Amino acid sequence: MPDREARPSPEALLDAARQEGRGRLKIFLGAAPGVGKTYAMLLSAQAKRREGIDVVVGIVETHGRRETEALLDELKVIPRREVEYKTHRLTEMDIDAILKRRPQLLLVDELAHTNAPGSRHLKRYLDVEELIAAGIDVFTTLNIQHVESLNDVIARITRIRVRETVPDSILDQADDIEIVDLAPDDLIQRLRDGKVYVPHQAERAVRHYFQPGNLTALRELALRRTAQRVDDQLLSHMRAHAIAGPWPAGDRVLVCISEAGNTPGLIRYARRTADRLHAPWTALSVETARTAHLNDQQRDRIADHLRLAERLGASTITIPGRKIADEIIGYARANNITQIVIGKSGRSRWFEIMHGSVVHDLVRKTGAISVHVVSAETDEASAARQVTTRRQPASFPLASYAGSAGAVLVAVGIGSLVERFIGLQSISLVFLMGVLCCAIAWGLWPALLASLASALAFNFFFIPPLYTFTIADPENVVSLFFFALVAVIVSNLTAATRAQIISARAGAKTTAELYAFSRKLAGIGALDDLLWATAFQVSSMLKSSTVLLLPERDADSLALASAYPPEDRLDEADMAAARWCWEHGSPTGRGSDTLPGGKWLFLPLRTGSGTVGIIGIERPGTGPLLTPDERRLLDALADQVAVAIERISLARGLAEARVLTETERLRAALLTSISHDLRTPLASILGSVSSLRSYADKYDAADRDELLATLEGEAERLNRFVGNLLDMTRLEAGGIELKLDLTDAAEIVGTVLERAGSVLAQHRVEVSLMPDLPMLRLDPILFEQVLFNLLDNAAKYAPAGSRIDLVARHDGDVVAIDVIDEGPGIPPDDLERIFDKFYRVQAQDRQRAGTGLGLAICRGFIEAQGGNITARNRRDRLGAVLTLRIPVPDASEIREPMAANG
Amino acid sequence: MANSYTVLVVDDEPGILRFVRASLKAVGHAVVTADNAAGALALLATEKPDVVILDLGLPDRSGFDVITEIRRRSQVPIIVLSARGDERSKVQALDLGADDYIAKPFGMAELMARIRAALRHRFQAQGEMPAFVSGDLAVDLVRRHVTRAGQEVKLSPKEFELLRHLVAHAGKVLTHRHLLREVWGPAQADEVQYLRVFIRGLRQKLEPDPTRPTHILTELGVGYRLQLPPEQRA
Repeated sequence: MPDREARPSPEALLDAARQEGRGRLKIFLGAAPGVGKTYAMLLSAQAKRREGIDVVVGIVETHGRRETEALLDELKVIPRREVEYKTHRLTEMDIDAILKRRPQLLLVDELAHTNAPGSRHLKRYLDVEELIAAGIDVFTTLNIQHVESLNDVIARITRIRVRETVPDSILDQADDIEIVDLAPDDLIQRLRDGKVYVPHQAERAVRHYFQPGNLTALRELALRRTAQRVDDQLLSHMRAHAIAGPWPAGDRVLVCISEAGNTPGLIRYARRTADRLHAPWTALSVETARTAHLNDQQRDRIADHLRLAERLGASTITIPGRKIADEIIGYARANNITQIVIGKSGRSRWFEIMHGSVVHDLVRKTGAISVHVVSAETDEASAARQVTTRRQPASFPLASYAGSAGAVLVAVGIGSLVERFIGLQSISLVFLMGVLCCAIAWGLWPALLASLASALAFNFFFIPPLYTFTIADPENVVSLFFFALVAVIVSNLTAATRAQIISARAGAKTTAELYAFSRKLAGIGALDDLLWATAFQVSSMLKSSTVLLLPERDADSLALASAYPPEDRLDEADMAAARWCWEHGSPTGRGSDTLPGGKWLFLPLRTGSGTVGIIGIERPGTGPLLTPDERRLLDALADQVAVAIERISLARGLAEARVLTETERLRAALLTSISHDLRTPLASILGSVSSLRSYADKYDAADRDELLATLEGEAERLNRFVGNLLDMTRLEAGGIELKLDLTDAAEIVGTVLERAGSVLAQHRVEVSLMPDLPMLRLDPILFEQVLFNLLDNAAKYAPAGSRIDLVARHDGDVVAIDVIDEGPGIPPDDLERIFDKFYRVQAQDRQRAGTGLGLAICRGFIEAQGGNITARNRRDRLGAVLTLRIPVPDASEIREPMAANG
Repeated sequence: MANSYTVLVVDDEPGILRFVRASLKAVGHAVVTADNAAGALALLATEKPDVVILDLGLPDRSGFDVITEIRRRSQVPIIVLSARGDERSKVQALDLGADDYIAKPFGMAELMARIRAALRHRFQAQGEMPAFVSGDLAVDLVRRHVTRAGQEVKLSPKEFELLRHLVAHAGKVLTHRHLLREVWGPAQADEVQYLRVFIRGLRQKLEPDPTRPTHILTELGVGYRLQLPPEQRA
């Protein structure tokens, strides 16, 4: 097919045509906020401006960054449009003003932005699409996390889901993508320096986001997405310019799939080749006239092979065509394939002379493409038939045969009517018409019947001598013979076409359903939802009962995970079949080779990394369960589900792994903490006691007192530490039993001051409670512990003799309690981390040992009670402020005792 | 308190028995000890102690059983030793008839104060103390007259009733339920927030600094205690 590749492909030309008259879109793509996208965009824009291009700013957010603002200075800015929304006054890009002004190049920041309600478009990218369509070039900025298809992945990596997304198509539409890249460490440094704009309320979340691990992953995603996009661009350029491949743009491997038993070996070979070359690979199956005549078994095998390739990471494609070799070469050239893997033919020399050899053709015609002719072992497991399928319900509807007979009768009638006007020979055309109609309406066999009946009727009614089956004229014998021949051929051809149409239609329907299903699966994040959707879908597509079994978390036993119609158990025999299926990864149960007597048929849900679960189906009746088409459909569904299950479990595995490392880190910190914090007071206690014992008579009263005070103090400290450890353990184990009661916070302040008396002995504590604080829904014991830990913490870090303020105020719908000290304050980087377990602000010499648990407990306890805790530094002087906020309960909750008692 | 009393200490922790016995002997009390419930109940019969100090965690029977058993035979004051943070068992012990509790670990001074408060009530159980004077606070129960630093304090009837109960059991912890039942009636026994509101009111009227109460002390999660005057504490 040399002519095909010399012509640009029509789609590519259409795309190019669509671009005419449109503005060009350039996206400055960043891995995370703060990498400097806006800055890069403005720099580029300045360069354009110097070239004399009319550059105008549609909307740019500088977030007060001075370098960025400086770049903005010399550019013309279209004033923003003001939008009233509720009580707010929002500003948006004024798209009408821009269209009126018609600049050559427009700058639009933050492509993923959602417009204020009442704007023309819901989203800013829609504004941009309109502007491009109007012929305006646009520069815009985008963070990778806003790209729709990556949203899920990124949410899993960063544990933050962004709601504003742009469709992937906008990236594909872009004429240019420029990656604005910054190494994670540099970015974190920028964040520390306050150079990254962080919305105030999201501060904590954002800080969490800026972890080196997250940033590396985001950066990789951004680079990969751009690389992919560049590759697409290359391909479309090639197609548009009809340049015959391959271009040296990295390898691509193609493996040719057939029903032959050695195909799995080929596929694995291709996979290894692709791995070695770090190349993408494709599995191609060509449907020719020959494949149309394959039996169901062989067709199943082709489908199996395609699935195997898919599991191993290939993209798969089936194309129709006449000559296999030509189709392969055509596809390979059009898709820039560099390596073709094909099996060594097992056919005889004679067969090859007659039919030609695909391998020879390929080797002769491929030119620059390497062809690997592989002799792979026949894969017995694959060649062996694993599931017997039911025959397609052979329809033998009498109606269609009666219809055929009727059609012949009608033809006889019409024939006798027109006999007078046209010649005898032309009547055969009337009969042919009848045969054709039968073939279209009912298929091959009724049409053949009609052919036979027509030949007989033609002879009987029209060929002299009339009303006999004898034929006088030899010429008529010949014409009847040719009539019969033509009728049979027409029946055959028409019926074949009909069968193709029917199967294509069924195929299209199945494809549509599968596609809808896969989209549904992609949107599901929870395993239970996924399983339920699957059971339901399979049941409704196959009209069967469906169960899904997954391995239990701990052992290798299976458990019923979902079923439609809902069912909670399978009987012992069926479970045994399911287990066998799980252990051996091959179909089991009804209609299969193993335990074929069961009610259910179980199929493994397999992915590239193994079996992830079992799907079972059941229908009333006995014998094989599925037709070949249904079997193929089920396999296709099973593959999608397997991948979806794997996706979800991988995400979960990742989360668990993260928890595990966190636990490891904590365990280490705990050991350090215990060895230090338990031993230090114990050392003092043992020391004081042994001194008293040995030298009691040598000490005077003052010395003895001092030692005793040490003993007492250290024992109390030890007691507090143990208390903290216990509290932490309770928090960790989820063993906090809340006893929430309407409580007078002032009362608790009173008790805590009493209890903390010895801890606060060195400090001046000023209490200032707003009068008439509302009652709060609190657990008094836990809340007292929170306050105690806060005071203890303040006393630990603030120098002796300094003042600690405890201030409570009623502020809207919360009561806020501040504990304010005059200590050194908290390093800005630690403001959030001080609430982490075992985290201690870098110790200075004079500090008293802390356990690093107190504030973590505060946070755990206060959050359990529905409040929160934050830390900041004092503005007026050195010192830290720790603030508790507890929501004020609804007025209806507080019953007025006065009213109840008069 | 120059008088000498017999104290029964029940705990299975030898270390605790040792230091409690030593300290009590040092102030002149007679001490008998048991490290299990059976021994404790036997000593109760033979030694007729004036006060019992009882650990809730005993090897042979639950401390709550022991309280019930003691109460069946005797009105001897019981002071329970319990772990800090376990407010539920404190309340349960008090409801079963214990007189007071002290959380482990505890200091000896604290234990002595509790014992004195318990003994004080044992010998005054028959008649209510007509007057209570602590610092600048004076309560005359007979004339229903309350003064702070010589100034009369106006109390509502419920407030006075509440104060009367606290004064009658001065030095002892009274559970929320107990106070609610006595002052508001059994039907209101669970309305702890009533109590909180009234206590807040009383403190505003009686305490020099309501944020740091010195008379009406909160036992978090358990109840309230009217602090004895300093001279009776020491």
